[in-house]
Amino acid sequence: MDVVLVVVIQVLYAIASLALISIGLAIIFGMMRVINFAHGEFLMMGGFACIMFADAGVNLWISMLLLAPLVVGAIGIVVERLVIQHLYGRVIETVLATWGLSLFFIGVASITVGYFRMGVTPPFGSIRIGLYSEGVYTFFVIGVAVAVVLGVYLFLRHTRWGLIARGTMQFPNMAAALGVNPRRVYAATFFAGAALSGLAGAVLAPLAGVVPTSGITYIAKAFITVISGGATVVAGTTAASVLLGGINQIVTFLSRPVIGEVALLLVAVILLRFLPQGITGRFFRRGL
Amino acid sequence: MRSWNSFGILFMMGAGAFLIVALPLLVETFVLVDFTLYAALAILAMSLALVWGFCGILSLGQAVFFGIGGYAYGVSVLNIGDSTLPVALAVLLPMIFAAMLGYFMFWGRISDVYLAVITLTVSLIFFLVINSTSGGEYRIGAAPLGGYNGIPGLPALNLPGRPDRQLDFEEMYALTVALALATYFFLRWLLVTRFGRVIVAIRENEVRVGLLGYDSRKYKLAAYVIGAGVAGMGGALYAAWGGLINPDVFGIAFAAQVIVWVLIGGLGTLLGPVIGVVGIQWLVGWLGKMKITDANIILGAIFVAFVLFAPAGLIPKLRKIGVRWLNRRRVSASGSVESGP
Amino acid sequence: MSMLLETRGLTRRFGGVTAVDRVDFALEKGELRCLIGPNGAGKSTFFKMLCGLLRPSSGKILLRGEVVTGNDPHEIARRGVGIKTQVPSLFDGLTVRQSIELSALRRLSKRAAAASATHFMERLTLDKFESSIVGSLAHGQRQWVELAIVLAAAPDLILLDEPTAGMTKEEVGRTATLIREINRDHALVIVEHDMKFIRMIARKVTVFNQGAILAEGNVESILSNQVVRDVYLGKGAGHA
Repeated sequence: MDVVLVVVIQVLYAIASLALISIGLAIIFGMMRVINFAHGEFLMMGGFACIMFADAGVNLWISMLLLAPLVVGAIGIVVERLVIQHLYGRVIETVLATWGLSLFFIGVASITVGYFRMGVTPPFGSIRIGLYSEGVYTFFVIGVAVAVVLGVYLFLRHTRWGLIARGTMQFPNMAAALGVNPRRVYAATFFAGAALSGLAGAVLAPLAGVVPTSGITYIAKAFITVISGGATVVAGTTAASVLLGGINQIVTFLSRPVIGEVALLLVAVILLRFLPQGITGRFFRRGL
Repeated sequence: MRSWNSFGILFMMGAGAFLIVALPLLVETFVLVDFTLYAALAILAMSLALVWGFCGILSLGQAVFFGIGGYAYGVSVLNIGDSTLPVALAVLLPMIFAAMLGYFMFWGRISDVYLAVITLTVSLIFFLVINSTSGGEYRIGAAPLGGYNGIPGLPALNLPGRPDRQLDFEEMYALTVALALATYFFLRWLLVTRFGRVIVAIRENEVRVGLLGYDSRKYKLAAYVIGAGVAGMGGALYAAWGGLINPDVFGIAFAAQVIVWVLIGGLGTLLGPVIGVVGIQWLVGWLGKMKITDANIILGAIFVAFVLFAPAGLIPKLRKIGVRWLNRRRVSASGSVESGP
Repeated sequence: MSMLLETRGLTRRFGGVTAVDRVDFALEKGELRCLIGPNGAGKSTFFKMLCGLLRPSSGKILLRGEVVTGNDPHEIARRGVGIKTQVPSLFDGLTVRQSIELSALRRLSKRAAAASATHFMERLTLDKFESSIVGSLAHGQRQWVELAIVLAAAPDLILLDEPTAGMTKEEVGRTATLIREINRDHALVIVEHDMKFIRMIARKVTVFNQGAILAEGNVESILSNQVVRDVYLGKGAGHA
């Protein structure tokens, strides 16, 4: 019985972390059609920001939930103003430019921090579930993931800002005619996506530690999740995370982590081939 | 248009003659060793130029065929002892795999982005699987797969049928450069055949190509398979050059590098990616030696600058500058400007 | 009585909307037919099914008596069907010559294809644009390039979806002459709104409305048909 519980928790955690690392990319891709190859580095910088603030004495929770997202969000705004805004609609150019930014950030991180792993012990300790012990922090991550996804959904659906954002993405000229400044909306959206990525990186930092190249391990999974999910931000990311994260963890439990990862990738390949609009291209089409 | 193509061919012939005949007499062997690597990577770059630049297939995971070729060479040369068949296998196996993957993708008529992600995902699958093969139990015949350390101790290429007579550095250099040139001329030729023209048209407008009676799926598959074979050959040369093959060739960093070579050099040209790979590889090596700062910072900044100021890539930018310069001469010569349509 | 093209009960639905509704259509070899009807009447959808770009929801399409329903576009094209789409579908990065040669290359050798391209460029007065990049041409010229591409494939049946859209009056006149010439060797089905143009070329006209055939007959009888005029709501003989 305990085994089942532990497996369920692990599956939920896998889904949650996948959703967390993907939501920022989903917002930027889903709303602006920008493929941000520096996304992994936003996660990495969020992790480093959290650890560096915490090491400097700032309360861990403030570092993680407030400062890290703000720092990365600010970096996001700078990136958007300096580089991205010149490249809207030009997919290949954005890929190349953001890949350049990715290298740039890795380089800066390497110089600033060095090449060794930084870490912070996960708070809360652990609880016992039968014969097993599970870190309480795991539940925290799951909770944050749920809160973030729910928050994004509610924001886009029920607030005025969310409406403005959605409208501008679909019809920037109309939005401008109605008095909205599309450029500000783009910057704000990029800020949001970057900040959420920073948050995700910070939240996951205690568990995995951070090195300058951490971003590279994230980008592939995030990318695959977002594209598999399809164009709708919340429903797509959620659906893809559940499916891919779930399969990953279940297969891992049945065999080895490597096979679990491969299973995730194989399922993604099949998904992409047979549901060419992503999951939400076929289902939940009018969703958010 | 035509004069540019002849310029390219003449340039390559001249450059080729110089590289193979003259350069070895002018520089140290270690320079030739570097150039051998560049040539092997240039072959990979040209394979992506064919598949992406000319056929429009955004193969983000093109390096996977390079990797399969490298591993095919490594595993078979350790088992067979002579390098000739392994090189052939390094070309053949990627082509077979490309045929299967290509059929899976192209017959589904999926869009660019999804195709790109699938190719990248496949590359990652190889990375994960091979990365986890550390431990002596993972071997193919006499070759241990070696996990993340890869397979070391690969012998150099030998003269066909004479495993005792291996190529030395100069010979390996000459062969690799010659093969790179052969690849260039082969692809140049391919592009003027009917096949070549169809795949370029597919890049322009796949629907219209179908409406004219061509089954675009078959043409894309053929281009993809040919590209895979070319990349595989590059992989074998790479493995033979370094005496080593490891899973990094399947990783996302290397995959992105190949894309960057083509983008910086010029998407849609054959020469551009070659210049792109040589330029970037040289730059990375130079930055490493100079220790000014982390190479990534400079590289990243260069990429961003490129995108903002020379978005079509280096060769097209140079071409535009060249054309503008030529036009200015024509204007001053005739005293009037011939207006376009 | 050899029917070149026939459709039986051809239908296409998009979700809840029936764009083409059980259409029975027949075209003889060498015939020229105009297809008219208000916007949204289903004409372009009908065309797309004929050339294989859309799969019918039900019904049959027959070419020279053989069923081709649901075939891929390249298969239908090989049976001698060419289409000039409503929005020009061209190779914007290629030159005019390269585009036309590509079309001819499917059946001809390189040399013959080059000669064919020369022939069509002359015929459509495109020769001075021979080396121009298609993407840089004006709209009217692009329409003619597309026409040349279609002709170079030597189809028996040519579908033209609004060939005179965006053309000047002079270009329209030239197009009419050209179409009459083409009709000597090819069957044509032409979707058009320009009534003057239709009068210049048409014999038989089919009227589409709400996905179905409303009326069929020669030009004058159609234009004097009260039902047809009502459907056009005031647009009609005088519409240019």
